[in-house]
Amino acid sequence: MPMLKQMYTNLGVARAIIIGFLLTLVVLAAVYDLDLAELASSSLVRTGMNGVLVLAMLPGIVSGIGPNFGLPLGVICGLLGSLLSIEFDLTGFPALVVSMLASIPLAVATGAIYGWLLNRVKGSEMMIATYVGFSVVSLMNLGWTLLPFRSPEMKWPIGRGLRVTISLAERYEKVLDKLWAFEIGGLRVPTGLLLAFAVACLAIWLFLRSKTGLAMKAVGDSKQFALASGLNVDKNRMLGTILSTVLGAIGIVVFHQSYGFIQIYEAPMWMGFTAVAAILIGGATVRKANITHVILGCFLFQSLLVISLPVANRIINVGGVAEVARIIVSNGIILYALTQVGGAD
Amino acid sequence: MESTYVLEMKGIEKQYSGTRVLKGVDLRVKPGEIHALLGENGAGKSTLMNILFGMSVIHSTGGFSGEIRFSGEPVDIKSPLQAMELGIGMVHQEFMLIPSFSVTENIKVNREITKPTMASRLFGPKLNVLDMPSMHKDARKALDTIGLSIEEWTKVAGLPVGYMQFIEIARELDKSNVKLLVFDEPTAVLTEGEAARLLEAMKAIAASGIAVLFITHRLDEVMEVADTVTVLRDGELIRTMPKVEADVFKLAELMVGRQVERLIRHEASINASELALSIRNLKVLMPGEEVRQVDLDVYKGEIIGIGGLGGQGKIGIANGIMGMYPATGEVLVHGQPLKLNSTKAAYDAGLAFVSEDRRGVGLLLDSSIEFNIAFTAMQMRNRFLWKLGPLSQANSKVIRQHALEMIKTLDIRCTGPLQLTRRLSGGNQQKVCIARALALEPSILFVSEPTRGIDVGAKRLVMETLVKLNRELGMTIIMTSSELAELRSICNRIAIVSHGAIEGILAPEASDVDFGLMMAGDYKRLREQGAD
Repeated sequence: MPMLKQMYTNLGVARAIIIGFLLTLVVLAAVYDLDLAELASSSLVRTGMNGVLVLAMLPGIVSGIGPNFGLPLGVICGLLGSLLSIEFDLTGFPALVVSMLASIPLAVATGAIYGWLLNRVKGSEMMIATYVGFSVVSLMNLGWTLLPFRSPEMKWPIGRGLRVTISLAERYEKVLDKLWAFEIGGLRVPTGLLLAFAVACLAIWLFLRSKTGLAMKAVGDSKQFALASGLNVDKNRMLGTILSTVLGAIGIVVFHQSYGFIQIYEAPMWMGFTAVAAILIGGATVRKANITHVILGCFLFQSLLVISLPVANRIINVGGVAEVARIIVSNGIILYALTQVGGAD
Repeated sequence: MESTYVLEMKGIEKQYSGTRVLKGVDLRVKPGEIHALLGENGAGKSTLMNILFGMSVIHSTGGFSGEIRFSGEPVDIKSPLQAMELGIGMVHQEFMLIPSFSVTENIKVNREITKPTMASRLFGPKLNVLDMPSMHKDARKALDTIGLSIEEWTKVAGLPVGYMQFIEIARELDKSNVKLLVFDEPTAVLTEGEAARLLEAMKAIAASGIAVLFITHRLDEVMEVADTVTVLRDGELIRTMPKVEADVFKLAELMVGRQVERLIRHEASINASELALSIRNLKVLMPGEEVRQVDLDVYKGEIIGIGGLGGQGKIGIANGIMGMYPATGEVLVHGQPLKLNSTKAAYDAGLAFVSEDRRGVGLLLDSSIEFNIAFTAMQMRNRFLWKLGPLSQANSKVIRQHALEMIKTLDIRCTGPLQLTRRLSGGNQQKVCIARALALEPSILFVSEPTRGIDVGAKRLVMETLVKLNRELGMTIIMTSSELAELRSICNRIAIVSHGAIEGILAPEASDVDFGLMMAGDYKRLREQGAD
C-alpha cells in the first residue's frame, strides 16, 4: 500500500483521473467484446506517430516561452520538405530522410523569426502563438495554390494548386512503422516508429543536460537568475523556439509516413492544440516539463482517443453520433488538459 | 473631559515569528503638534504605523500587545477603514492617486457629494448625481489650507511629483473628522523647494489643531518643523524629547548608536597602493536605488562596506557594475577597463556577485543545491562539464563532489546535495548563493545584504565566512548592507551612500555621530562647513 500511495502522489490527481478513465474504457471495451490487441496496436502506432510533435512542446516550455501553440509553423515547414521530396521523385527511406533534412533549414529560419516575435511579447506568448499559427495556416492556403510544384501526383488534374490530401503509398508510407515490426498475440509493434521516437527523446534529453541546454532551462526557470549568471535571455528563448519548430517539422513527417497521406491547407490548424493537450495530460505545466511528461502524455492522450471511439460507437450505435462522440471526447480531453495549465501539484 | 493627547500608544510590543521587532514602545502625540518619529530602516517605524492603522499584516501574524488610546478613549483598531473613521489620516510614500481623474475627483473619491434627481427618487440614492460645485468648493478649501494654488479641475496625470503629494494631503485634510495626520517619509521624492513648501504646509496643518506625526530620517527637517522628537532604534524607544533639547549631532548619535562587536582586528593595515577596483562617475538606473554619481576606490585585499539608508542607492552600485541594471561611467578592475552593462564581461574580469534578492535573483528555487552551486561556473567558466568539440554534458560526478565539499566548508544544513533550495532556511539559501559565487573563483566578490532575513546564528556564520575568504584567499570583498553594525564588525572601511553618491568613507571605529550624519546626508554640509 505505501508504494501505491507513493505512486499516486508522484502521478498527481489529474493524471490519476485520466489513467482511471482510460482503465474504465479498457474494461468497457472488454465488456463490449472489442478486439483489445487491435486497440493496443493502434494505441502504439498513434503514440509513435504523434510522439515527436508532442516532444516539440518540451524545448518551448523549458526555455520559458510556454507550450508552443504555434506548432503549425513547424508543421508547415515539414510539409514543404515532404512536398520537395515528392517533387524530386524520391521513394522509401531516402524520401523520408530528404523530407526531414529539407525541412530543417526552413524550420530554423521560421523559428528564428517566430522567436524574435515571441521575445517581443513576453508574458502573452500562448495567445500570440495560437494566432500566429492560425494566420500562417491561412496565409499558406494561398501558398499551396501558388507554389510552383509540378509533380502530377500533388497537383489538381485541372486548374492550379496542390491537392488537399496527397497519397504517400508510392513514396514513404509506413517505412518506419514496418521497420523491424513484429507481432505477438495479435499485438503489432511498430518497432522502427517507436525507435525513431525514442532516439528523438534521447537526443533532446542529452541536449537538456548539455551546457547550452542547461542554460536554456535556467532561462525558462528564472529570467533574473539567468541574467545574473551572465546569460542572454532572448537568445536562449529563441533557441527554444527554433528547436520546437524544427521538432514540429520532423514530427509531421513522421506523422504522415504513418498516416499514409500528406494533408495540407487547413490540416495543420489544430495540431498545436493536440500536442499541448498531450504534454499537459502527461503532467507538464506551462513552466515545467520533462521527457517523462512527453512520453506518458502522448501515450495517454492517444490511447484515450483510440479506445473511446469504438466504445462510444457500441454504446450509442446510431450513424453519425459516434463521430459527434469522438469530437466531444477529443475536445473534452483538450479542455481538461488546458485546465491543468497550472500543473497537477 | 478633553484628553491632553490625541494619540497615546503604551508599551507596544510586536513579534514576527519569534523575532521581537517592537520592544515596549511608547508614543504620545498632542493635538496641534508636529511629532517626528526618527529611526533607521528596520528600527520599527513602519511596524508601529501598521499597528496604528490596524493593517492586516499585524493581525495575521498574531497581533500585538500594548494599549492604544485615541482622544483619551482606548481603541482596538482592526482595519485601516476603522482608523480612518476614528480620524487618523495617512499621506503615503507612493502616491495613491488616479491619474485620469481631476484634482477634485481625487480628493473626493468615495466621499462624493451628491444631490438627488428624478431617477434617484424613484430608484434609490445610487442614481444621485455628483454635486460638482460643492465638491470643487471643498477641494478648494483643502488646497488653500496647504497653500496649493493649482486649479481644482486639472487632471492629475502629468502634474509634477510635488503636486501629487500635496493632493494626497488635501484629500486627507478634506476628511472632516481628521485629528491626526501621518506623513510617511513625505520628502523622500521631493525636490528641495517642494520639500520646503511641504514643511510649511505641515506647520499650517498643525496650526489648525490637527496633530502631525512625521516619519523621517532627515535630521534637518526634524529640527526645522518638529515640536517633539521620538527616536526608535532596533524596536526600542530610545528617547522622546522636545526639540529644544535636541540638536542634529545628538539625534544622529541616538539614531545609530549601538554596541559594536568587532569580529576581527585588522592587525596589518591593507596595502593602500594597489587598487582592485576603481569606480569613476558611476551612474546606475536601478529603480528605487538609483546611483547618481559614485567615485570609489577599493584596495586589493580589503573588505569594504557600503552602507546607507534604504533607497539611497547603495544597492545600485553592485548591481550596476555586474550589469544587472543599465549603468554608465568608468570602472577599472585591477587597472583594466571593465565593459559595463554586460554580466558576462564582469564575470570574465574576475568579479562575482551575491545578490540582495536571494530568492528572486540568487537561486533557482526549484532546482537542487548542487545545480545551483555549479550553474554559473559551468556557463561562465566551463567548469563541471564533459566536453567533446562543440558538444558538452554536465559532469554529474564532479558537480556532486564539489557540492558536498561546499556543504561541508560552508556548513549548509540540508538533507543532501539534491535538496531543492526552496526548502532551505534563509541562512542556508544564502550560503548556497555564496557557494555559487565562489565556484567562479573570483578575485573580487560583491555581497549585497548578506544577512537580510536570516537568524542571528546564521548571520554570524555568514560574516565569519566572508572574513575567512578575505583572510585565506585574499579575496577583495565589497559588502553592501543596511545593517551598519554588521559593516562595522568586519569591514576595513565603510563608505556611506546618500542621495546616490558617496557621502563619505569612515573607519569602523568612527563615532556614531559621524555615521548618523552621513546616513542622513548631512555630514558634508555640517562637518565640512564646521571645519572651515
